[in-house]
Amino acid sequence: MSANLYLRVRFRLNGDRAILVDCGEGIDPAVNEKVLTLTSLLKQNPPAGVEAVIPAYRCFAVVYNPLLTEPKTLEKAIRALEDRPSEAARADAKVVWIPVCYGGDFGPDITAVCAHTGLNEDDIIAIHSFGTYPIYMIGFTPGFCYLGGMDKRLQTPRRETPRTVIPAGSVGIAEAQTGIYPIESPGGWQIIGRTPLRLFAPEKTEPFLYRAGDSIRFKPISPEEFRRLQEKEPF
Amino acid sequence: MDIFVVRNPGLMTSIQDLGRFGFLDSGVPPSGALDSFACRIANLLVGNPEDLAVLEITVVGPILEAVAEAEIAITGAEMGATLNGIPIPSWQTVRVKRGDELRIPRAERGCRAYLAVNGGFDVPVLMGSRSTFVRAGFGGLEGRFLKKQDVLKKGDCAVSGRVRSLPSKFIPEYPAKVVLRAIPGPQDDSFTNAMDLFFAATYDVTAQSDRMGCRLHGPVLEHDKDAPKSIVTEPTVPGNVQVPADGQPIILLVEQTTGGYSKIATVISTDIPQIAQLMPKHTVSFECVTLEAAHLLYRDRERILNEIRGHLRY
Repeated sequence: MSANLYLRVRFRLNGDRAILVDCGEGIDPAVNEKVLTLTSLLKQNPPAGVEAVIPAYRCFAVVYNPLLTEPKTLEKAIRALEDRPSEAARADAKVVWIPVCYGGDFGPDITAVCAHTGLNEDDIIAIHSFGTYPIYMIGFTPGFCYLGGMDKRLQTPRRETPRTVIPAGSVGIAEAQTGIYPIESPGGWQIIGRTPLRLFAPEKTEPFLYRAGDSIRFKPISPEEFRRLQEKEPF
Repeated sequence: MDIFVVRNPGLMTSIQDLGRFGFLDSGVPPSGALDSFACRIANLLVGNPEDLAVLEITVVGPILEAVAEAEIAITGAEMGATLNGIPIPSWQTVRVKRGDELRIPRAERGCRAYLAVNGGFDVPVLMGSRSTFVRAGFGGLEGRFLKKQDVLKKGDCAVSGRVRSLPSKFIPEYPAKVVLRAIPGPQDDSFTNAMDLFFAATYDVTAQSDRMGCRLHGPVLEHDKDAPKSIVTEPTVPGNVQVPADGQPIILLVEQTTGGYSKIATVISTDIPQIAQLMPKHTVSFECVTLEAAHLLYRDRERILNEIRGHLRY
């Protein structure tokens, strides 16, 4: 068992409408696994008065209506779930394939990653698209995934000057992390490619392709394939 | 149906309701009216359910031309509204007819006003809400603030002819100095030395404040010597008082779901509407309360809302 994992979850107040439930320390797959198991169980059978359950790296938030419940009641319910761990809790976790056109105009910083890592472009594409990346949590912008599992050989510092505009679908690297920008936003990540998929569709019942607990894999595609897929579902 | 043509959009006018809560775990922030009390009352004054969409009007308001008959109500900040040049009351139902010009000039007291129309402003419901989230470009009217020549639509709803007004004892005062009640934490253990200062100091509201956060300036809050300057990213809630490395606190509001800065304390839910009405150079101090006290105040606010609901419905 990971030394970072708490034997029993710990509770903190987060104002008068939410509690934080800590499962362990740091960024650790075993700690996050417990976060995702407990949040999944809570979402399947939410205690009365629970309005939202939000998983993060090492803890999760439970947002509640103070007219209907209070932290003591919620803590008891969460302790009961912890005592009866369920293997089936994560059965609905899926692998989501994201097609990516690497390099060129879509990935202008791939040359910077080459320069920093000493690898050539083909190596970077091969290594990046070989990995399976668990989604630890989602935040920052709608659909922005905090992913684990990047190969250490690809580690590259952020750009010295952040870009004011990074197009939606851009795939980037920052230090030991990789990620995708679901919407156009500013940012300092090294952009190595772009997906033609629309990662955030607010008008749909299911606006996102993935949730925390799923995993992402990247599939290299050509610029022609990029255009073909983009025409299928234009932004 | 069309109800207003925007002749001048004002500074930052957007469509908001009570917020979007179904996708907080996917990084979709609540958005919604910053002053939820004023939004609820505006709707009640025109006979709407409390969660219909209203206009949130910040500091400088719009000029709107009515293109049909309707009932409206303006609540929140006092902005000196006029209809065809004649002053109209806030916190009260007002009838408008085709060709009327509604001007909402500028905040005289408070910062944000809310304009409701009978039937509610009609825009598509996205992820359970009509609220605008400008930074991600969705919700409300095309995910943006209003602009000149926009045509605003409203839900179908007959004009009732009833004039409702909020009894003056319920109308908030929006003072230039406020005391916000707060519960320590969730990172109170990183500020054991600064906690006394936090609850004793007075902070100025800065002009960098927006719907994401109310940015304060005042005595520097130092992290404890052995405490980390940042934390592993975790969920945030409106009211979290975040302390970045420079020690100047930011009260997080409705456009963020996660963050990596330590939070010294969290403003209680019932005091968030007061933050919505703060202007630059207004001052804020914090009073420490327990969770139990906060929940009593929450129930108290619900009791007051019920009293108002009873009064305005019948």
